[in-house]
Amino acid sequence: MGASTRPKLAVFKFSSCDGCQLALLSLEDELLELAGAVEIAYFLEARSQTLPPPYDVALVEGSITTAEDSKRIQEIRQQAKLLVTIGACATAGGIQALRNWKDVDEFTRAVYATPAYIETLKQSTPISAHVPVDFELNGCPVNKAQLLEVLTALLLGRAPHLPAHSVCVECKRRGTVCVAVAQGIACLGPLTHAGCGAICPAFNRGCFGCFGPMESPNADALLAHLEESGHAAAELVRLTRGFTGFAEAFRTASEKWEKRP
Amino acid sequence: MKAEAAPRTVKLDYLTRVEGEGGLYARVEQGEVRELRLTIFEPPRFFEAFLRGRHLQEVPDITARICGICPVAYQMSSVHALEAALGIDPGPEVRRLRRLLYCAEWIESHALHIYLLQAPDFLGYESGVSLAGEHPREVERGLRLKKIGNALLEVLGGRAIHPVSVCVGGFYKAPRRRDLLALRDELQWAVEAARETVRWVAGFPFPEFAPAYEFVSLRHPDEYPMNEGRIVSTAGVDIAPAEFEKVFLEEHVAHSTALHSVRAGERTSYCVGPLARLNLNFEKLTPQAQEALRETGLAAPWRNPFTGVVARAVELLQACEEALAIIEAYEEPARSRMEFTPRAAEGCAVTEAPRGLLYHRYRVNEQGLVEFAKIVPPTSQNLRRMEDDLRLWLPRLLERPEPEMALACEGLIRCYDPCISCSTHFLKLRLQRD
Repeated sequence: MGASTRPKLAVFKFSSCDGCQLALLSLEDELLELAGAVEIAYFLEARSQTLPPPYDVALVEGSITTAEDSKRIQEIRQQAKLLVTIGACATAGGIQALRNWKDVDEFTRAVYATPAYIETLKQSTPISAHVPVDFELNGCPVNKAQLLEVLTALLLGRAPHLPAHSVCVECKRRGTVCVAVAQGIACLGPLTHAGCGAICPAFNRGCFGCFGPMESPNADALLAHLEESGHAAAELVRLTRGFTGFAEAFRTASEKWEKRP
Repeated sequence: MKAEAAPRTVKLDYLTRVEGEGGLYARVEQGEVRELRLTIFEPPRFFEAFLRGRHLQEVPDITARICGICPVAYQMSSVHALEAALGIDPGPEVRRLRRLLYCAEWIESHALHIYLLQAPDFLGYESGVSLAGEHPREVERGLRLKKIGNALLEVLGGRAIHPVSVCVGGFYKAPRRRDLLALRDELQWAVEAARETVRWVAGFPFPEFAPAYEFVSLRHPDEYPMNEGRIVSTAGVDIAPAEFEKVFLEEHVAHSTALHSVRAGERTSYCVGPLARLNLNFEKLTPQAQEALRETGLAAPWRNPFTGVVARAVELLQACEEALAIIEAYEEPARSRMEFTPRAAEGCAVTEAPRGLLYHRYRVNEQGLVEFAKIVPPTSQNLRRMEDDLRLWLPRLLERPEPEMALACEGLIRCYDPCISCSTHFLKLRLQRD
């Protein structure tokens, strides 16, 4: 049997919606082949059988929001040769990181009928704030073709081929007329990591940054331009404070525009 | 044979093949269930709290992130609730497209649950991947069905998980007729495949088990319920969605980050989902879906939770047929969305997520910012019912070794297709309570 020689893949979930691990099950054409190429050793959403560590590749979905989870991620790091974060929660803290700008103690008291039953940390943080991460895959959710590329590359021992440019390049490639230029729609495309295929502008709306900031984005220039074109500072704060709002470039931008008169 | 006297415990640290994270603890003494807890430890994410201060047009994108399996359900309940607050009706063309989008999600979600999550229980496998080893034809059929649902979501919304086209007022962009028609052949195949699915799952071995449920679902005068209708139950409830909170209450229990819903007054459990919809809306199924269900020989009322897989398969057929019909009749609308002026108002809506009733209520201000949000998802409505079922189910398993008891309990929980990530965000804002 080849079972013992196949690389062991594990999938772990933290605070999240399950959408990124679902992307694995959405590889309808490749799923059975993938399950033959790797040993799916730990994937609670998909199978009851679990195999003990160590794992060759651990895919981690979700952000850290409880004390217990901050311990669990340490254990997982020790069990995995390669740790890959999948999606905006694991990579940037996710939409639940909106709490990071609030007083969570007050929040919990206000929200829960019995606050004592609830344990939660003050912040929702990405996996990289807790353990070293070997590769981060962006997206809310991740693009399943990119997920397959990362898995293939890791299995072959090469670097994944993923674009580093902005969503703007993807818009040009698919021939979408710029929604910002033509219609004055506030769009984060110039700052946002490619990978989604520029679907929002293709659907006649602005990018809201769910793949996170690209490398070296010029947020100041874009936001100043958007403000001059008539978008209120409060709108720009909301726009940058979204699904990847706790990623550094977006966080800095939203905090800066929040202070504007 | 007399049940043994020694106390027995059933413990599942992690439920598998369900969405999200939960476990089960039960203690049985003298053949009686002394303690039973579905523990939900999925961390709370505070959606209803951080929605405050966001613009209403951001709500469908944000609430989609409550669940990666049923994002459309969250988009649908939120846009209908917000449109109720704004007093707008986007009209019949938008309505049909929303129904098509919901059909796509039902197809994707039901195919996933039937083939990859639940079928392995009935056929003695630990996963869909293992099942594929000896039943490749069936699993491939399931994956192809799931793929069709996803393909339809991609045409309508750009991507299958967290689609980007839905907005308050309609759609950011309507699909091209030719892009939808390109899926027609696959959907014709899907109708046949869904019919096959009903036959296949009807042959599964179902244990005898039929608790006395109160089923709750939407009911619409002309169609199988999805986006609108009155809330009805097998115990005689018949109310407008706006009365939901008068009839159904949420309770906060220690062992769960999800609230439990119960009927107001008696505080009894109730059941939502495919089985509930089927029992309350059989006559609204398409003729073929009705015929497929009759062929199974399962007679109404359908109260065995294990036959929920048949209900799900019948709805899969229904969704495939309806999607095909909508696509064939589709004309591109002159405009895909209507404009609106924000106003200070409140609105609520109920739609039918693949797993059951999903209630949203919002209050917004004149700038269009959310001041209050309340979300009651299907799984938190089913949690109490799941515990009640397990109390009835466990005493029948006492002859079995404990690991087998645990597996049999897990199988019953899986019948509900629980979506635990969904069920943990539903916290009433105490300060806002009337």
